[in-house]
Amino acid sequence: MSSQNLFKFESQKVAKPYFVFALMLFVGQILFGLIMGLQYIIGDFLFPLLPFNVARMVHTNLLIVWLLFGFMGAAYYLIPEEADRELHSPKLAIVLFWVFAAAGVLTILGYLFVPYAKLAELTGNNLLATMGREFLEQPLPTKVGIVVVALAFLYNIGMTVLKGRKTAVNVVLMTGLIGLALLFLFAFYNPENLSRDKFYWWYVVHLWVEGVWELIMASILAYVLIKITGVDREVIEKWLYVIVALALISGILGTGHHYFWIGAPGVWLWVGSIFSTLEPLPFFVMVLFAFNMINRRRREHPNKAAAMWAMGTAVMAFLGAGVWGFLHTLAPVNYYTHGAQITAAHGHMAFYGAYAMIVMCIISYAMPKLRGIGEAPSNKAQVMELWGFWLMTISMVFITLFLTGAGVVEVWLRRLPESGAAMSFMDTQAQLMIFYWLRLIAGVGFLVGLICYLWSFKKSLQVAKDDRPAPLPAESV
Amino acid sequence: MSATFTKGMARNIYYGGSLFFILVFLALAYHTEKTIPERTNADQLTEAVVRGKHVYETNNCSGCHSLLGEGAYFAPELGNVFYRRGGEDGFKYFLPAWMKAQPTGVPGRRQMPQFNLTDQQLSDLTEFLEWTAKINTNDWPPNIEG
Repeated sequence: MSSQNLFKFESQKVAKPYFVFALMLFVGQILFGLIMGLQYIIGDFLFPLLPFNVARMVHTNLLIVWLLFGFMGAAYYLIPEEADRELHSPKLAIVLFWVFAAAGVLTILGYLFVPYAKLAELTGNNLLATMGREFLEQPLPTKVGIVVVALAFLYNIGMTVLKGRKTAVNVVLMTGLIGLALLFLFAFYNPENLSRDKFYWWYVVHLWVEGVWELIMASILAYVLIKITGVDREVIEKWLYVIVALALISGILGTGHHYFWIGAPGVWLWVGSIFSTLEPLPFFVMVLFAFNMINRRRREHPNKAAAMWAMGTAVMAFLGAGVWGFLHTLAPVNYYTHGAQITAAHGHMAFYGAYAMIVMCIISYAMPKLRGIGEAPSNKAQVMELWGFWLMTISMVFITLFLTGAGVVEVWLRRLPESGAAMSFMDTQAQLMIFYWLRLIAGVGFLVGLICYLWSFKKSLQVAKDDRPAPLPAESV
Repeated sequence: MSATFTKGMARNIYYGGSLFFILVFLALAYHTEKTIPERTNADQLTEAVVRGKHVYETNNCSGCHSLLGEGAYFAPELGNVFYRRGGEDGFKYFLPAWMKAQPTGVPGRRQMPQFNLTDQQLSDLTEFLEWTAKINTNDWPPNIEG
């Protein structure tokens, strides 16, 4: 099959470097995660060469950046097709790729090789202090770079949509991406009052992951389901609107579950508890959506792996974001669990299920086409990809279970007893070592899964070469 | 989903519902803004506290510690460390001495880097953590261990 037939518009090809680079950063994220997993057990591992705080910053920032690369790749791939026209400027997309990749690499190198206080001083943090807040550790030039890249990216895909066909998929995706960019502007607002600082910090963090990112996730999922099931677009887009309506109706006031203990008023105890109880709903509907559409499919798409990622991301997002989120979201429960390992358990499964898996879903669907292999990779390559899927997913389930176990014991020892009877932080940690060992083993399992997953790309290429049909006589002349 | 519930209806719920809850959220944010000064003793938010927050941020303290439960969970909660480590009489002596003694170098134990803070920075950090401990947090954390 020639590559011209595989996708409708030549400009969709700009998605490829975004996907490739996203997966490279993903590998880095997992390696730093394993280092931290060991530091949780052997406290002075790699100290002072790589202190825990630096490893954590690299781990979380790599996650955010690779997901952003994945979202941008997804947008560049699906927007032209949905808008039914070439991308406004493929050149701009390639330039932005290099700008963002360079900024990302420089930032990580800065974290690793320059002491953080020195990095802050060198990059103008004394002019406008934005650094040193969780997930927003990036130096000022990086933050400005993110805004510039985001604006140019939005211009590029926005012009494409404006001049082309507007579908629910591309309109919801655009809304999500515009929201992402606008909310990031709060990263530049760092009030002197800590409570106010935290209040607006969540405008970036919560309204991203429990707000506009859900729009991005749902629209990518809808796109992939339209493609692989052949179900009528009207039906799929109706589900999409229901999901994103539930996401924002529950998620916006659900922000309140972060306002229980930071100095905000007591009304949030009620608002946060009630609305975040509704937050599992959009994810539950996503599960129904993915399974229903695949059961009602009107075509047998050869890419079974992409269908598996579509179902997997819905289920794991529901478990990680929905169920594990609800476990500790009610104010009377959160009073005891806030800021302990249960939060870490929830964070890991939610990010993997909702966002890492949706990016791997669109990669699974789009990459065989972008690489000119065909509608789907060979069966052998898909089997290897599914090994990656199951190993990573099951490992993440175990990481979550072991961290939950650690969190329950931690709450039991340190939080539930009265002052005087409660165990200190460090003594409690010593009691959790068995959980941390098991978590580390599960983390190694995740890495093995990731290697299988990446290996499947190589396998599909090998097979593509081996299985290449003999040239037709007319062509061989 | 049934045919009587159309895509247009779903879209209207999405736009209408989102807009409504954004407005409610903004109203609640306004209420929060009005109450924060009293709940955080903003009159005691001195220059030293502000500088202390800057020290906390530029040394990436939240990369290991939690502060009012947010940050990392690798090292103790600092929102109430003022009360845990000496309070009104002792904390201003405890914190500088503790920071200067790091890292402890105990094999296998989690280590805090030596940040080489000046006496002024240590004093500012002390002020910041004292002010933070007095924020009205709806009685969180449950006990002194944080």
